[in-house]
Amino acid sequence: MKGILILLSYLIVGEGISMLINHFVPGNVIGMVLLFASLQAKIVKPESVEKVSEFLTKNMTIMFLPPSIGLIASYKILGNNIVTIVLAIVVSTMLVLAVVGRLMDKLDKTDESNN
Amino acid sequence: MRAIIESEPFILAITVLSFWIGLVINKKWNRPITSPILIAVVILIPILLLLNIDYETYEQNTHLITFLLGPTVVALGYNMHKQFDAIKANLIPILLTVFVGSLVGVLSVMGICLIFKAPIEVMVSMEPKSVTMPIALGISARSGGILSLTAVSVATCGIFGSVIGPWLLDKLKIKSHVAKGLAMGAAAHGVGTGRAMQMGRIEGAVAGMAIGLMGVFTAVIIPVIEAVTQS
Repeated sequence: MKGILILLSYLIVGEGISMLINHFVPGNVIGMVLLFASLQAKIVKPESVEKVSEFLTKNMTIMFLPPSIGLIASYKILGNNIVTIVLAIVVSTMLVLAVVGRLMDKLDKTDESNN
Repeated sequence: MRAIIESEPFILAITVLSFWIGLVINKKWNRPITSPILIAVVILIPILLLLNIDYETYEQNTHLITFLLGPTVVALGYNMHKQFDAIKANLIPILLTVFVGSLVGVLSVMGICLIFKAPIEVMVSMEPKSVTMPIALGISARSGGILSLTAVSVATCGIFGSVIGPWLLDKLKIKSHVAKGLAMGAAAHGVGTGRAMQMGRIEGAVAGMAIGLMGVFTAVIIPVIEAVTQS
């Protein structure tokens, strides 16, 4: 219960700050950064949010389902731009994979590839 | 009958059922293409069409699930804290790499949409496609995007990235576990992280960290790009 309360409190504070900066950055992201910072600074004990956080993040994928079903409502604008959309997803996803993978492979200081 | 079909328990039940079938199939045939979310979408859409449930009704009755996205984003802060040790040794390179990855993700979508003269709302809907769903939806809403297109782009990107990722990283001869995990999490958010967890402990931890970083960087990069291009 305490964990839920902590998560909700950080969400509320995050949304509040977001409102103050004209929603430049979404409130839940600010809440996430604040929780991370509080845990690092030992303001919040990790054990207090452990259970609820692991439950939520482990079952996160099902939360993607309702927005994905939006497909049945947005198929028209999707259909009209399908080539661009597919191309953008395919090219951009592969570019991010390649750039991040390559760059990090070069910069990796720990030699974990030998483990 | 209609009242039952369009009730919250029924709609939640078919949603959970579709996802559960996806999980069972994924457990039996553990291939990238049997991603639980993909199977669930393929099962659920025909059911909704058959029962004549429109998206508005579906969306309203699944708010219990979608509400959880907010606290879940905050909970990602706990994951970042827990996995922070895994990236401490590489902190600056990781921050730099994910920042570059976020820029590449946004600019490549913008470039392709501009070349093909796609409507602006299509472009802004797709810009955060490599960001975890709840953060992406917030970014898209802020820019005036079509949320369902963002959802579909993010979901498709996650599935595509987790399918193609291990193959592409292998082709590029990337050996570092940190690099593999970071690429999976940065390109394909939660779905990619699920796949990274199967690749190894380090991959999973780093990918989880990448989700949060990608979300933060992209949430800042997109408004900055918009402010610069509009002035």
